[in-house]
Amino acid sequence: MLDRLGELKNEALAKVNDASTVKDLKDVRVSYLGKKGPITEVLRGMGQLSEEERPKVGQKANEVREEITTKLEEKEQHLEAVALEEKLQAESIDVTLPGRPVPRGNRHPLSSVIETVEDVFSGMGFSVAEGPEVETDYYNFEALNLPKEHPARDMQDTFFLTKELLLRTQTSPVQVRTMQNNEAKEPIKIVCPGKVYRRDEDDATHSHQFMQIEGLVVDRNIRMSDLKGVLETFVKSYFGPDRNIRLRPSFFPFTEPSAEVDISCAMCGGDGCRTCKHTGWIEVLGAGIVHPNVLEMGGYDPNEFSGFAFGMGVERLAMLKYGIDDIRHFYTNDVRFLNQFDRA
Amino acid sequence: MLVSYEWLKQYVDIEDLSAEEVAEKLTRSGVEVDFIHDMNKGVTGVVVGHILTCEQHPDADKLSLCTVDIGEEETVQIVCGANNVAEGQYVPVAKVGAVLPGNFKIKKSKLRGETSHGMICSLKELGFEAKVTPKEFADGIYVFPSVIEPGSDAIEYMRLYDKVMELDLTPNRADCLSMLGVAYEMAAILGRDVNLIDESVVRGEEQASDYVSVNVKDDATDACPYYGATMIQNVKIAPSPTWLQTYLMASGVRPVNNVVDVTNFVLIEYGQPLHAFDFNRFGSNEVLVRKAGEGETIVTLDGETRTLSTDHLVITNGQQPVALAGVMGGADSEVQDDTTSILLEAAYFDAPTVRRASRDLGIRSDSSVRFEKGVDPKRVPAAADRAARLIAELAGGTVLQGPVAYDELNVEPKPLDISLQAINRSLGTDLDEDTVEAIFKNLQFAFKGDENGWTVYIPTRRQDIMIEADIIEEVARLYGYDQIPTTLPDVSSTTGGLSVAQSVKRAAKQYLETVGVAEAVTYSLTSPAVDDTFDTVAKGENEARAQVAMPMSEDRSTLRTTVLPHLLEAVRYNRNRQLHNVALYEMSSVFTGESASPSKQPTETRSLAGVFTGLWHENSWQREKKPVDFFVVKGIFEGMIQEMGLTERVTYTAGRHKGMHPGRTATVYLDGENIGYIGQVHPQVEKEWGLKQVYAFECNLSLLIDAASNSEPVRYIPIPRYPAIQRDVALVVDENTTALELKEAIYARSSNLLKDVSLFDVYEGENLAEGKKSLAFSLVYRDPEKTLTDDEVKQEHEQIIAGLETDLGATLRTE
Ligand SMILES: [Zn+2]
Repeated sequence: MLDRLGELKNEALAKVNDASTVKDLKDVRVSYLGKKGPITEVLRGMGQLSEEERPKVGQKANEVREEITTKLEEKEQHLEAVALEEKLQAESIDVTLPGRPVPRGNRHPLSSVIETVEDVFSGMGFSVAEGPEVETDYYNFEALNLPKEHPARDMQDTFFLTKELLLRTQTSPVQVRTMQNNEAKEPIKIVCPGKVYRRDEDDATHSHQFMQIEGLVVDRNIRMSDLKGVLETFVKSYFGPDRNIRLRPSFFPFTEPSAEVDISCAMCGGDGCRTCKHTGWIEVLGAGIVHPNVLEMGGYDPNEFSGFAFGMGVERLAMLKYGIDDIRHFYTNDVRFLNQFDRA
Repeated sequence: MLVSYEWLKQYVDIEDLSAEEVAEKLTRSGVEVDFIHDMNKGVTGVVVGHILTCEQHPDADKLSLCTVDIGEEETVQIVCGANNVAEGQYVPVAKVGAVLPGNFKIKKSKLRGETSHGMICSLKELGFEAKVTPKEFADGIYVFPSVIEPGSDAIEYMRLYDKVMELDLTPNRADCLSMLGVAYEMAAILGRDVNLIDESVVRGEEQASDYVSVNVKDDATDACPYYGATMIQNVKIAPSPTWLQTYLMASGVRPVNNVVDVTNFVLIEYGQPLHAFDFNRFGSNEVLVRKAGEGETIVTLDGETRTLSTDHLVITNGQQPVALAGVMGGADSEVQDDTTSILLEAAYFDAPTVRRASRDLGIRSDSSVRFEKGVDPKRVPAAADRAARLIAELAGGTVLQGPVAYDELNVEPKPLDISLQAINRSLGTDLDEDTVEAIFKNLQFAFKGDENGWTVYIPTRRQDIMIEADIIEEVARLYGYDQIPTTLPDVSSTTGGLSVAQSVKRAAKQYLETVGVAEAVTYSLTSPAVDDTFDTVAKGENEARAQVAMPMSEDRSTLRTTVLPHLLEAVRYNRNRQLHNVALYEMSSVFTGESASPSKQPTETRSLAGVFTGLWHENSWQREKKPVDFFVVKGIFEGMIQEMGLTERVTYTAGRHKGMHPGRTATVYLDGENIGYIGQVHPQVEKEWGLKQVYAFECNLSLLIDAASNSEPVRYIPIPRYPAIQRDVALVVDENTTALELKEAIYARSSNLLKDVSLFDVYEGENLAEGKKSLAFSLVYRDPEKTLTDDEVKQEHEQIIAGLETDLGATLRTE
């Protein structure tokens, strides 16, 4: 009987091996392991065996059963995997087709520049101050050391609404307002972004409306060297760590001493190229030590306090940063222009 | 200001520096050189020629045949087409092999059968601009005013090797509107001397005061604290020598004649405007400076009749005005070819008076530009002497004893106190006394020092230096801004960063962009008609559009009260370029004033506007297309309101707004206050603007941000422990009943078991009675304390439905 079991095992395993469908396997299972199958039959015939043989045959019969069962299961799993694979293959899609588009918009480049500048200065402890776009003559000019009839008023062509009201030509009025509003005369560290207006005909480099961002620091011991340090920190942070600054003497009515601030040209690394008009430097900022008259008009005693101020054109920063050649692009809102600024 | 490098060399030793190096040093010290012009525009091989004979060309009426001595062994024949060519002239000749500007090479050529060995040149052909060439040579060849050795290098003689620096001066540096001023600047930079100019005059026996008197009327003494009249007799008007003509042309000034040229030369040299009157045409023996009468007229040098007012200052002959003080002379007393007697005016006119006349009459002259910015009082009589000396030298006159002058001018240097500590404290430097004193010396500022610091005597040429900070700047710029150390402020600590309102604004922007709307920026100035398209979302009493007093154009005449029109313009701009899918928003101020020209600042309200047109969503290969509609825009808006934490406080009802579709527009309320609108642009407006199906919103962002800044912070609510039960209901109501009304009625009839109501279907048409519609809602019930039973829900649900029938006549929809 042991031999018979051996034969049955070999037969069954051969059939398992040959099975190519789950149904084939089921047939093998029924025909060999079923209630009417040959192994069951062998076990039924065990009554005729001796006491010694019986456990041996029983054990062998169980071994054979188990082995066939194991092989059956293995084969079944294999066949299922193959069947699943075939089914999934049939479901395949073209993954190179474009994904479902999700609508997205983006920040205007001028806003991006302003926010980046705000963030750099925020990190240095500056707050953001804002003020009205329609200003009084007093805040736009007089409080900034530009009395009526001052020759430097010719520098700016102004949109007047009335004799006393005008569209601000600079964001500097916010500086004076901030100083005046600070009743405790505490130290000040602000940046002031915003729209400004000048009577210019619009062309590639002029716009009757544009944006500025200015900064003001007032405290008891502010020096010109501090201005250099803060601007250098800003330039390296905004334009990159390998950029340098250069200060040239200049004139603004509300600062003395005053400076134009150049940054080293990124295009040529300072060797001179077309972008920098072969000087190696690009003018980006105006700055200086706050004029004592301005401190005084802001309610700060110039004998006790000193400060520095700086200002820059947002369009200029954006044009330098993105290589834009015409200032009018910022205001026509062509979606082919706006959509380009779609990443940080 | 154009500064000739060769001319500048006369006053300061810059022999060791090129024009480019001089320009760089000036720029770095604050006198910016914008551009360096090369006087030689590419000229080689031009010499002085002496025309020995000049005859008519046998075969051409307009050509002449000249025999010219060009300093070579043999004379050459040159064919010349100029009208003014004549025998005996000394002229610039481009020899065969010469090159003229534009790489024009001169070759031996034949003109109507006659050989020409070169070309006699006009100033234009030598590269001079037409606006600076003397009028008599405008259409012809240039003729040297004196005898010159034939064959001499004309390039050398006409100083074509010169370079001219164009200064871009800041308004404070009026001192550099003169060669001397630039020389002082250069001397200060280099630590060198300024060469003194010979102002000595040999005067005749006669007294100028025997010929003329000078008076300034009492009301004009502030405007004219100095007036000097120098008399020069027996002058002979002629062209100036070449050296003078070429200096003037290099400086952008057209040579006229020896007397006028000298006044212009000294104007550039000293920065002091002068005026030469023909004394025989002056009309009297009296100079009277006074305010003009109201409506008084004068014909100025340019032939224009000018009508004056009492704000203007005039020079008169006691009766008529003969010059507009500091701006322009009169035509009647102009120097002419037959002039023999000169009254040379050197005066100090105060800046505001000249600026006012210049502005009122629209005249800007080399003279007015300098007076407006303030001339050096000390140089006024010196410039007169310098000019008198040159006129006598060039025009051969006799300078009379004088001048006759009215003189109330203060020429004392102004003392200013400064200490070393003040300088170092302001700059963050550690300069010592010697360094600072060396800078004062280089600037040629006199000073005296003691233990407290210095008293510096500011020369009158530097009117811009008025306070301590101005001296600090002088020290800083000559020490070198580069040498100032770099430090960070030792500031009392500030936290900085954005305010809550600023953060809310940024979050709203970020939200809108994330859901597909791009930020736009448009102009604040508009036209009243365009602005009138939509309602303003500004609040308060002010409602008028503020107007610009003197607009550049109608399009930029008015401050906008609404942002939408310019966004609509952006849509049109894109549509005209076949860009049909546009979604833009803008956050900008709108302005409402008490009147068109308000007495107070207009109210500035931050407005948020959006425009949407075309497809909102498109996935072409999946054949999905979703055009923008009202609900797309409202959904975006609602999302932003949620971002701001204001969902519970913002409501919408049907509303009518200017420029918007009357049946497809919602008024937006914040805490019950109207703050704006969402809807479709009125089809009539769409048609006028050439647009189709544009949806838009505009709202008062200031109010939203204020509300958001104060909104409740997020608090965690425990997740419900018991399950919810959902029941759907389709209700048939009158077609005028809104979803909002129905929803509110459902809540009104519910107990606290009802947790949520959401609309899921709207139906009108077949199977429904005329004038009816069906709205289907999902109602969600939950008891926070226990699991609800079906019976409890059923009871609640039926109670609500029954209530709706009573309240709104709603019935259950049955198929
Ligand atoms: Zn470069």
